[in-house]
Amino acid sequence: MFEKSATQIARAVRMREISSMEIVEKAIACVEKREPAVGAFLSKTYDAARAAARRVDARVGAGEELPLAGVPLGIKDNLCVEGTRTTCASKILGDWVAPYTATAVRRLLDAGALPIGKANMDEFAMGSSCENSALGVTRNPRDLTRVPGGSSGGSAAAVAAGMTSIALGSDTGGSIREPAAFCGIVGFKPTYGRVSRYGLIAFASSLDQIGPLTTSVEDAALVYDVMAGKDEYDATSLDRRVELTSGHLREDLKGVRIGLVREFDLGVLDSAVRTQYEQAYGDLEKLGAKITEVALPSAEHGLATYYLIAPAECSSNLARFDGMRYGLRVQENDVTLTYERTRAAGFGDEVKRRILIGTHALSSGYYDAYYVRAQKARTLIAADFARAFEKCDLIACPAAASGAFAFNAKSDPYSMYLMDYYTIPMSLAGLPSLSVPCGYATPSDSSVPLPLGLELTGPLFEERRLLGAAHAYERATRHATRIPMPSLENVRI
Amino acid sequence: MSTAQAEKTEVVFEAVIGIECHVELKTQTKMFCGCRNVFGGEPNTNVCPVCLGMPGSLPVPNRLAIEQMIRAGLAFGAQIPAFSKFDRKNYFYPDMPKDYQISQYDMPLTQGGVVEFWMLDGARGSCRLERIHLEEDTGKSTHAGSADGRIAGSTYSLVDFNRAGVPLMECVSKPDLHSAPQAVAYLEALKRTFVALDVSDVKMEEGSLRCDANVSIRPLGATELGTKTEIKNMNSFRSVQRAIDSEIARQTAIVASGGRVSQETRGWDEAAGVTHLMRSKEKAHDYRYFPDPDLTPMEIPGSEVQRLREELPALPQARLDRFILRDKLSVTQANQIVDTPGLGDYYEASLEISKRPQATVNFILGDISRLANEHGVRADQSKITPGAVAQLVELTESGTINSKTVKDLIERLWVGGGLPKDIVEVEGLAQVSDLGEIDGLVRDVLAANEKTVVDFKAGKTKVMGFLVGQVMKASRGKANPTIVEERLRMVLGAP
Repeated sequence: MFEKSATQIARAVRMREISSMEIVEKAIACVEKREPAVGAFLSKTYDAARAAARRVDARVGAGEELPLAGVPLGIKDNLCVEGTRTTCASKILGDWVAPYTATAVRRLLDAGALPIGKANMDEFAMGSSCENSALGVTRNPRDLTRVPGGSSGGSAAAVAAGMTSIALGSDTGGSIREPAAFCGIVGFKPTYGRVSRYGLIAFASSLDQIGPLTTSVEDAALVYDVMAGKDEYDATSLDRRVELTSGHLREDLKGVRIGLVREFDLGVLDSAVRTQYEQAYGDLEKLGAKITEVALPSAEHGLATYYLIAPAECSSNLARFDGMRYGLRVQENDVTLTYERTRAAGFGDEVKRRILIGTHALSSGYYDAYYVRAQKARTLIAADFARAFEKCDLIACPAAASGAFAFNAKSDPYSMYLMDYYTIPMSLAGLPSLSVPCGYATPSDSSVPLPLGLELTGPLFEERRLLGAAHAYERATRHATRIPMPSLENVRI
Repeated sequence: MSTAQAEKTEVVFEAVIGIECHVELKTQTKMFCGCRNVFGGEPNTNVCPVCLGMPGSLPVPNRLAIEQMIRAGLAFGAQIPAFSKFDRKNYFYPDMPKDYQISQYDMPLTQGGVVEFWMLDGARGSCRLERIHLEEDTGKSTHAGSADGRIAGSTYSLVDFNRAGVPLMECVSKPDLHSAPQAVAYLEALKRTFVALDVSDVKMEEGSLRCDANVSIRPLGATELGTKTEIKNMNSFRSVQRAIDSEIARQTAIVASGGRVSQETRGWDEAAGVTHLMRSKEKAHDYRYFPDPDLTPMEIPGSEVQRLREELPALPQARLDRFILRDKLSVTQANQIVDTPGLGDYYEASLEISKRPQATVNFILGDISRLANEHGVRADQSKITPGAVAQLVELTESGTINSKTVKDLIERLWVGGGLPKDIVEVEGLAQVSDLGEIDGLVRDVLAANEKTVVDFKAGKTKVMGFLVGQVMKASRGKANPTIVEERLRMVLGAP
């Protein structure tokens, strides 16, 4: 259904060419047809969507200029929506119903978006394939035998499959950018602190950032403009004026210096994949960009750094899931045993693994060797980027080392961790970063061409520059629609 | 000294005591959310997603609480570092909503400082502060199903989160205290300072002041610290005193009989008057402190600290020093004046005019305080002005009015206000010391009481009191009783 972008839908609703009530029914019908094949949602919130549509139509009727009027929205299931089951794709939250709404969601709903459903994800956003969900399987709409990426896999799949025109995801080490690349859409992680985290169930607080998954850069800019900005409920949200991005999208890259990272050698990639990235860099140059090489010598420590800081924070953030106040409780005769059995039954293996790593990293006697050193490495990585941005305006690199992989292909944790090799350093530095479709590569074991994503990264707070340039590249290449989406209706799984 | 003598010499032990106090700050709202900061209420009614630690909720620090903390530190001369931060203290407990407590680890808001205090025996003491740091309070657990309300033997527990997230400052002293009375004097000094700063209600009965004591003993003169125990569950200053005394005695008995004190946490049993083992501290808990990533580090500008320092009110310790050293009041009197709201200013204003500390304090802590208590009205808000107090002092010290008249006068001032000198003058209440006038009254009374005079002369000297009373009555209370008795004895020829 969503041949039209969010920008176009909102405009049509504001012009009263179509009502939100009509859109919501179309969207629901579309989900009903495609969802059996894709499995993007953990909960469908049709009642809330219809109620929102009624309100939007009334507001539009009253002359309000709603930037997201009637735009169907998917919401990652780690974002709280009042009165809605919120699970983090974990058994431990059980049927927990959030008593309040996340600020980012609130802002989109206030702007006229229609909440269609809560999207599947890796449990507590820990994973890169959506396979760590304890509650459902999400398939890549481009190839149903493959993963959608993760952790925001449900959000990416919902948008790629055309079930919602936009979705919210969260990105801690690549969880928006990698699934966007795998599903052939745009995924954007703003500067850390740009979007309030209030109501985002925390994985790693110093890295988590909410961002949009959309079919175009223009839509990403639209959503970002609505939800960015200081929130009094999040002490880490930036108290800094937000430069609107929507009116500043470019058509060329004249005068833009784009840095290619010396340490990210395309030679390690599969040749079909490598060719696409070489072509992408060439296309940037053709658009007028000046290509230059930059060095990120500390980036090689990104993965190790990330896998100390993120688990350390998660070990503390996830302590509250103890069976006492909400969610799953495995009742035993004493409190300690109740804690143990509840958490043993409620958390999946990857979550347990990270809690254990993090608990160890923070333990007395190990704290300095692990946590403190990781923080120092993080500072070095951020300093590398700051130096690199003296020589360039944006950095370009692959969003992932390959296209989407098959289910169960990355069974050992470390090979899964490697999927975030190109996205983690930017997260550690808090930088705005996005993935935009940059072509397709057909793996040797398949005949289905799989999308690839080009990752563009800007300096802190330079969302306008980043989205502006990404838009120019997208408009010039039009990779997202070059190969049509296979039919998802009446597909037998 | 011979070896034999040395062996016979009994080892004298010195107690070493440090106090950890938790003080709930008085603010409009809780530490990290908008819930009201009030005591009590129906369980779990004053809560929100933040103080319940609901998934996705985030803390936002209360600026006033941070200021209150800094003021508390400044009152004791603490250092206020330019940078401070919040850390997470990780441990599982059902009354802690997030299973970590937002606290401060290595960069507290205040460091150092000294608490000075007066002991009741007139000695002046002091105790250094290690630090005061800011944290959030936990919920309150109630254990049900056991006979004594203790967790052991209980069948289930209830948790009230109304208290969760209330701003709490933890004051950690250095081990500078050496007796239970010193510990209590230290706590009283903390309490009266926090009251003066209006940073806390400091009510032990409501839990807005809670304290633990670390107690050890060592041979007098030794410099190394002995093994300490931590005493909990002390619910009043009196129980602090009793618990510490009891613990010192217990440790002394152990060491004197050749044993060793083991490091443990002990609970004070008020009814039994002893401490009992709660848990062994052999295995120190690893709280895995790390900086809270939800809260950005705090920068505290020197100019802000300077402003808070300049805005501090008059501090009670300085007042106590003045009252005790300059005015020569007893420690008990000085404490009473300083610890009663408004009384310090009242006393100082009265003294300013009267210039006679002891006489002034006698009026204020005597009849005036009695009336204030009876009527539930603060002395400084009563109709007896400091000027009136000063005149009462003057009229009594000069012998212008007698003690009976003074009492009546104070009652009248309490009800109607006014100035004592005016009333004395208008109503002629001045004491009569004129011999001619008194002798006339004496004559009249003796004439009217011939039988009593006979009795007196027969040796019944007790009737003198009756005769003095009769003369006083005849003078309508104004005669100087000393002179009356003198004249009676003279006339009756008694020695």
